[in-house]
Parts: sequence; structure tokens; C-alpha cells
Amino acid sequence: MADNSSNTAYWSANVRIILISLVIWALVSFGFGILLRPMLSGIAVGGTDLGFWFAQQGSILVFLALIFFYAWRMNKLDAEHGVEEE
Amino acid sequence: MSQFAINLLFVGASFALYIGIAIWARAGSTSEFYAAGRGVHPVTNGMATAADWMSAASFISMAGLIAFTGYDNSSFLMGWTGGYVLLALLLAPYLRKFGKFTVSEFIGDRFYSQTARIVAVVCLIVASTTYVIGQMTGVGVAFGRFLEVSNTAGLLIGACVVFAYAVFGGMKGVTYTQVAQYVVLIMAYTIPAIFISLQLTGNPIPALGLFGDHVASGEPLLAKLDAIVQELGFNEYTAHHADTFNMVLFTLSLMIGTAGLPHVIMRFFTVPRVADARWSAGWALVFIALLYLTAPAVGAMARLNITDMMWPNGTNGEAVSVEQIENEARYDWMATWQKTGLLDWEDKNGDGKIQYYNDQNAEMQAKAAEKGWEGNELTKFNRDILVLANPEIANLPSWVIGLVAAGGLAAALSTAAGLLLAISSAVSHDLIKGAINPNISEKGELLSARVAMAVAIAVATYLGLNPPGFAAQTVALAFGLAAASIFPALMMGIFSTKINNTGAVAGMLAGLSVTLVYIFLHKGWFFVPGTNSFTDADPLLGTVKSTSFGAIGAAVNFAVAYLVAGATKETPQEIKDLVESVRIPKGAGAAQDH
Repeated sequence: MADNSSNTAYWSANVRIILISLVIWALVSFGFGILLRPMLSGIAVGGTDLGFWFAQQGSILVFLALIFFYAWRMNKLDAEHGVEEE
Repeated sequence: MSQFAINLLFVGASFALYIGIAIWARAGSTSEFYAAGRGVHPVTNGMATAADWMSAASFISMAGLIAFTGYDNSSFLMGWTGGYVLLALLLAPYLRKFGKFTVSEFIGDRFYSQTARIVAVVCLIVASTTYVIGQMTGVGVAFGRFLEVSNTAGLLIGACVVFAYAVFGGMKGVTYTQVAQYVVLIMAYTIPAIFISLQLTGNPIPALGLFGDHVASGEPLLAKLDAIVQELGFNEYTAHHADTFNMVLFTLSLMIGTAGLPHVIMRFFTVPRVADARWSAGWALVFIALLYLTAPAVGAMARLNITDMMWPNGTNGEAVSVEQIENEARYDWMATWQKTGLLDWEDKNGDGKIQYYNDQNAEMQAKAAEKGWEGNELTKFNRDILVLANPEIANLPSWVIGLVAAGGLAAALSTAAGLLLAISSAVSHDLIKGAINPNISEKGELLSARVAMAVAIAVATYLGLNPPGFAAQTVALAFGLAAASIFPALMMGIFSTKINNTGAVAGMLAGLSVTLVYIFLHKGWFFVPGTNSFTDADPLLGTVKSTSFGAIGAAVNFAVAYLVAGATKETPQEIKDLVESVRIPKGAGAAQDH
């Protein structure tokens, strides 16, 4: 096993990436999709507004992007900290 | 060839395919039975996870709930996809690194307690059984329609098929069969949607057609839909009417529940490496999104088609006549669905026409009095029939209808089988081998797994006869239970070294019991109708419906675990080391059994 200080740095970098991702996760669903929808009501999308689009489609597309970003970023982070699988 | 024969042909052919694959990949040892030998590629695993995940609730029920409510039911769309973000970021890679077969094994080892493991098993069984009840509701609708029998007969036949199917093979059979099921179900969902989107908007991609223009009127599709449903006194489709607090809680419960359901988490034990567990969650969501991006289009377009069907001369013209319904071929679907008891109409005012409108709306009541209507005459339209009836409503070719039949059954069967597997492994592997009789033979373990499956399906079928809601609503309750019990324990187990054995056990028990009691108070004790003290229309706590309570249950779980852990003995050093090792991908070997 690698030394402990390197592992701690790896873990806090991971937690930081998770927190940023979860902020975006909450913003597009609970934010744009529900709570902030009235603020987005001025932006028309196909007969309705942007908030409706986020609630029914946009949030799902962002979720997808987030998961792939995280997988890519973490696999890179593993290598940087030398903790990747053999 | 009659429609009935075509349906049987499609359903029969798809079943032959699944069973063929199950025989080809039949499970031998217990390790294969649970985790398919860990040789599954992330894309394959993602596809199988998608089939496992998208159940009768997603396929049969969800679009119907969106169609009749509109924007307010967007929670299902966000909730059942957003959970994958939690799963990918917070659980999947670490559980794979841990390298055991079941969720409760992780909880038992991390919280160094046999009690924690047994409590986790109980939580899994309660959530999974509730989930299976929802599946059985969907199975009943699908079999009832395609065998042209009553809903109850359909349910009983379906239960036998599900049982035979789940007992057949272990997860390996299930993994490859589920890939086949995914292909069948996604084709069955998207092909009719493409036809309908072309008819209504000229756009072959339903997800884009939803925001496109309605060909017949030239207006945007959603604007047209908003206008006609309001003319009949219903809520504007795209507007926000529901209580915002409850909507947020409901969405959150579905998300957390997604990341706490054993049959989905188990999937991530079957990939070869930690990196693959991260990708697998992404691939699963790609395949799930294909259906979830289509579902809101299916809902909106079906609502438009149904309204057109009931008001062929426009909402200000004459309603459809009883004679038309009985004689015109495009109304045949109404008679077939009437046989299942899930659709009905009645000419209350005896004018020979069937007026469909919202008779609870004051303005419409005034209009009805003026026109001599005596209430809404489309007296029953079960939400769960919408997706299955959709191709008939849109008058699509009969092979499309047969395909949808096969797809609906694939969705219900694949999930029911995955859940039964999770229940049976919880009982045989965790409860019997892990706690009651550690020296049980492999044969005995497999036998007890199958007995557990039989008991679970019998209970679910019995309760499925009087379900606590539409398929997706019952399933939402299962998510609430998983959210309140399993997810917090897993997350705290990975992200905090402070939570100890007593804290975790107290947290899980508190989360599960408070959620279960809240659900039973609203849906009846053990879902027995009539034993409830409150209803979701007027819930115990403010506007919080029983389906939304899971998020509160999860908060209770976190809080209790934290407080109890603070007041009891600290986590031992070797467990802290275990948590450290779970966090680092390096050194993830093959799975170890006890």
C-alpha cells in the first residue's frame, strides 16, 4: 500500500471532485427543474419554458455527462497518485 | 392473423430467446449464481443493469402517470436517473473494491457486527418485496391484456411465469438474458414512439418531437396540449401545480432510493475492476436515458391522442358516440381493455355520446349543466394501461402492438427476476449461511435461495391483488424504504470512519421503521386496504406524501447513527484501516467469499 499522506491527498481530491459534481447535480434537477423554474420562465423552449425542459430531459443529459466526467477524472487521479489497479 | 395470435407470437418468441440464453449460460456454483464470475464488460453490464432497472414501473406505468399529470410528475424522470449519479460517485467503485458478493456483507464487515448484517438483510427484504408488489401489478396488467383475461387472472398467470423464470438460472443466466431483454424492451418502447412522433410532429426522434410543432395545427405540440386539456377543465400540462416541497422530497427519495436498492448495487460487484464500476454506472444510464428521454414524449403525445379520440370533432364539437366506439375499428382497443376491467365508460346522461372532461372543475360543471352532461363518462382509465394501449390508440400496425406486448413483459420479468435473486441471496447467503448455519452445503444454500424466492413471490402476488397504487407508485414506496435504510448505512460506511456498529444499527432501524410506519399509516398496515389512518391527499405531516417520506427517513437514519456513534465506543483501528483500503482502488482482487 502507498504511504498514508499520499492516500489522504488522493482521498481529499476525490471528495472535492464529488462535491463539485453534486452541486451541479442538484442545480440542474432541484434547481433548474423545480425551484428556479420561475426564474427561467422567460426562456421559451418548444411551446414551454427552459425549466420544463430541464425537468423532463435536460437534467438527465447533465447526469450522464457528470458520470462520464467523474469516471474519466478519477481514472486520471488514480494514475497521478499511483493508486490505480495493476 | 388476429392481433391476439400476433401478440402470442411475439411474446412466445421473446420468451424462447430468454430461456435459450438462460440454458446456455446456466449457473453452476454458488459464486456464479450470485455474481456471474465477474467477467462482465462495462457496456454489457450497463445494458443488463438497464434491463434490470427499468421495470414495469418505467416501461408500463411511468409515461401514463406523466401523461395524466404533466410537469408535476417530472419527479419520476429526474429521480430515477439522478440516483445513478449518487451510485457512481458515492458507492459503486468502493463496493467493488471491497470485493464481496452482497450489500449486507459489506455492512456486516464494515460495521463489524452480525447484528448490522442481519438488520441490513431485513431492510433489503422489506424494500425488495415492496418493489416486487409493484412489478406484479404491472405483470397483471400486461398478462391480463395480452391473454385477454381479467387483471386478477393475468396476475396469477404472470406470477407463475416469473417464478419459473427466476428459478431457472442465477445471475449469469440473468446477465445475458437481460441484455436480450434490454434490446427487446428498448425497441418495444421506442418504435411506437417514433411512429407516433412522426404522425404528430413529423420528427422521427420523439425526444425532439416533444418540443417540436404539432403538424395538424402548426402550433408547438406542448402549447396545443396545454390548450386542449384546459378546455376540458384539466390542469395545464406544462405548469407547476403540485406542492413544491413535496415534489423536491419525492424526487430526492427516488434518487437516494436508486442508490440503495440491492439488485442495482449488486450489478457493480460483477465488473472486473474498480475503474469499470465507474464506467458501468455511466453506461447503465446511457441505456436507461434512451427510454427516459422518450418517456415524456410518449406521455404527452398519448394524452393528445386520447383527447382527440374522445373528441374527434375538437373539444368544442361533439363527443365521440357510443356507436362509434362499438363499431369503428380505431376504437377496438377500448373494448379489449374493457375486458381487463382497467378501462370503462358509461353514457350517464343517455345522449349516445361519451363526454370526457374534468367533472371536479367548477367551470366545467357549469358548462356541463348547460349542455346536459351528467359527469365524466370515461369513468375509468387506469394509468398503467397507457403505454401498452398507446400503439393501438395511435392505430399502428399490428406487429408494433405485438412488440410492445413482448417489451412490457420483458421489463416486468427482468426486474422481478433481479429482485427475487437479491431477496434469495439475502436470505440464503446472509441470513442462513452468514448467521444461522455457517456450515450449510452449497446444495442446501441453493435450495434455500429458491425457497426464499417462492415465498417472496407468493407474498407479492397476494398483495399485488390489492396494490397500494399504480405500479410506479408502489415502486416509489420501495425506493423510499431503500433510501431510508440502506443508502445512509453504505454511504456512512465509506465516507466516515466515526460511525460504529451501534450507530449504524440504530440508524438503519430508525430510518426503516419511521418510513415503514409513515407508509402504513397512509397506505394501510401491510398494505391491507382500509387500515390506513391518513391519505396521501391529506397527509399526516404537512404536504409530505407517503411516497416522498424516504428522504426524511434517510435524514433520520443519518442523524440517529451520528448521535448514537458519538455516545458509544469508537470504531476499532482495523476497521478504520478497512475503510482506508476501500477508498483506494489499488489492490482490488477477485471477490472473496467468507
